[in-house]
Amino acid sequence: MLAYISRRILILIPTLLGVSIIVFVMLHITPGDPAELLLGERATEEALFELREHLGLNEPLYVQYGMFLKRLMKGDLGVTIWTRQKVWTEIKHRFPATIELTLAALCIACFFGIIFGIISATKQYSVFDYVSMIGALAGVSMPIFWLGLIFMLIFSLNLGWLPISGRLSVDIDLEVITNFYILDAVLTRNWAALKDAVWHIIMPAVTLSTIPMAIVARMTRSAMLEVLRQDYIKTAKAKGLSNFTVTFKHALRNALIPVVTTVGLQFGVALGGAILTETIFAWPGVGKWMYDAVMQRDYMVIQGGTLIIAAVFVVINLCVDVLYAVINPRISVQ
Amino acid sequence: MTKEKVQKNPFDRHPMLEQLSQLWRNKTAVVGLVIITVFILTAIFAPLLSPHDPLEVSLYDQIKPPVWHEKGTWKNILGTDDLGRDTLSRIIHGARVSMAVAIISVGIAFVFGVLLGSISGYYKGWVDSIIMRIMDIILAFPYLLLAIVVVAYLGPSLENAMMAIGITYIPRFARIVRGSVLEECEKDYVMAARSIGAKNWRILFLAILPNCMGPLIVQTTLSMASAILDAAALSFLGLGAQPPTPEWGGMIAMSRGLILRASWVMTFPGIAILLAVIGFNLLGDGLRDALDPRLRD
Repeated sequence: MLAYISRRILILIPTLLGVSIIVFVMLHITPGDPAELLLGERATEEALFELREHLGLNEPLYVQYGMFLKRLMKGDLGVTIWTRQKVWTEIKHRFPATIELTLAALCIACFFGIIFGIISATKQYSVFDYVSMIGALAGVSMPIFWLGLIFMLIFSLNLGWLPISGRLSVDIDLEVITNFYILDAVLTRNWAALKDAVWHIIMPAVTLSTIPMAIVARMTRSAMLEVLRQDYIKTAKAKGLSNFTVTFKHALRNALIPVVTTVGLQFGVALGGAILTETIFAWPGVGKWMYDAVMQRDYMVIQGGTLIIAAVFVVINLCVDVLYAVINPRISVQ
Repeated sequence: MTKEKVQKNPFDRHPMLEQLSQLWRNKTAVVGLVIITVFILTAIFAPLLSPHDPLEVSLYDQIKPPVWHEKGTWKNILGTDDLGRDTLSRIIHGARVSMAVAIISVGIAFVFGVLLGSISGYYKGWVDSIIMRIMDIILAFPYLLLAIVVVAYLGPSLENAMMAIGITYIPRFARIVRGSVLEECEKDYVMAARSIGAKNWRILFLAILPNCMGPLIVQTTLSMASAILDAAALSFLGLGAQPPTPEWGGMIAMSRGLILRASWVMTFPGIAILLAVIGFNLLGDGLRDALDPRLRD
């Protein structure tokens, strides 16, 4: 197992290098002077000169790439054009918001997806099965940016149940420790802030959970159907065990193995979807930040944000693969 | 009389016909096919079908509600936007953009994916390793992110959005083709072709690839569904089709400011996207059942 994990980590290195090459090359195939792109139109001559020296723009490309990598290793992602903040500091500040939203969405997706999947499988071809599978079809086909706006219209503007945007109401004080607001509220026992943070996260998280929920529901259903056909299920039923025990203790455990992989892969989908969801609900995470950067042509931010999101995504995929090997004893790791 | 009534053995039919009839019996696939056909016909005959010019600004008809609303009129069945443009006409013309996006971006991914995947699976060795590592790198970007970044650098336009989506979809095709080619290479007919002296490209493109079409067709259909979604998302973010092009995602973005005053302006394009994507997904699921039982989930 250890050999497998270390081999997988080794494969990570060329992939991450590739990602860095793509990000590096992108800037250089864009027409115009990279220094000017990175500093924006307002940059002074001195600043441009300084950056050209710093990036080594007068050197050959491979030397420039080497310098780029060196800076990456030191965690130097440059400064943003508009706010003149260190890109790395900004990312550290915003990533928790994105992760909080993504995790909340995935929890919702897993909870409902797995429940719907199980009921659909145990009651195959029932009305419930048809309805939930049509729902799943609509879910995977949903333009989530539109759904988010519809939710906003119904639940915020018309009914007034949920806050329209943001992470926390203005009048709520919260001592920020980890930048995960829900966690911070629990840690500081600030129940008013907890309620407010949960209230704010519901709509964006439900919006973001649509596609993963549909996929998890489909996957759970088909995995359960497959497992329920196995002989050991018949044996368990023949022993006289209750339907509940057979479904949850015998079948679900094995059916969940492929579901875990699916959920892991959905993390990436959710991370990408976060750009849309955060933009709609003004959620101050990396997604909205990237969107703003694209709009303002802040290439330092685009570069840094892309690198970090891709790196996180790759590491998550690695964890999913390893987890899959750990929980599935039938797969012998080669 | 009895002589003529000899029943044909269904197993004698051409395998393609057999698959087609299987597809026909598959209700989901048929529903999907019907939806897609409607959208494609709408796209082709858009100028004939749409009651108004989609770009025509009419200051007298600003923000008209749909016909069933008490203030609605038959002139603008689905109402108008803040510039008085007819929503129905814009949605009908939007079908053109979305169908074009689906065909072109998936076309790019198909051509490059099949080419890279088949070379990878056929030649194996270091060629395979390099191509597959490159695919891994493209897959290292979460969906939509790479497309957004590519468009951010190339500049926002519908063409760039289609290209960006096409690039991000290459790995799915390459992986499927590679797997099928690897499998097919072991079969006797490849050996037979080789023994009669057929050239590599001939074996690959004329003998092996036609046998890998099943999963490819399924992937193409499902990819068209996600291409429509992604292109709409890019346009919604202002990175795809530029105003005043009638594009569904762009229409939703433009009507955000009207959300309280005129929610219908935003509602209908969303329904159009949803229906079109459902159509392709249904057909894809049906095709998967008919053509490729291995992929069934």
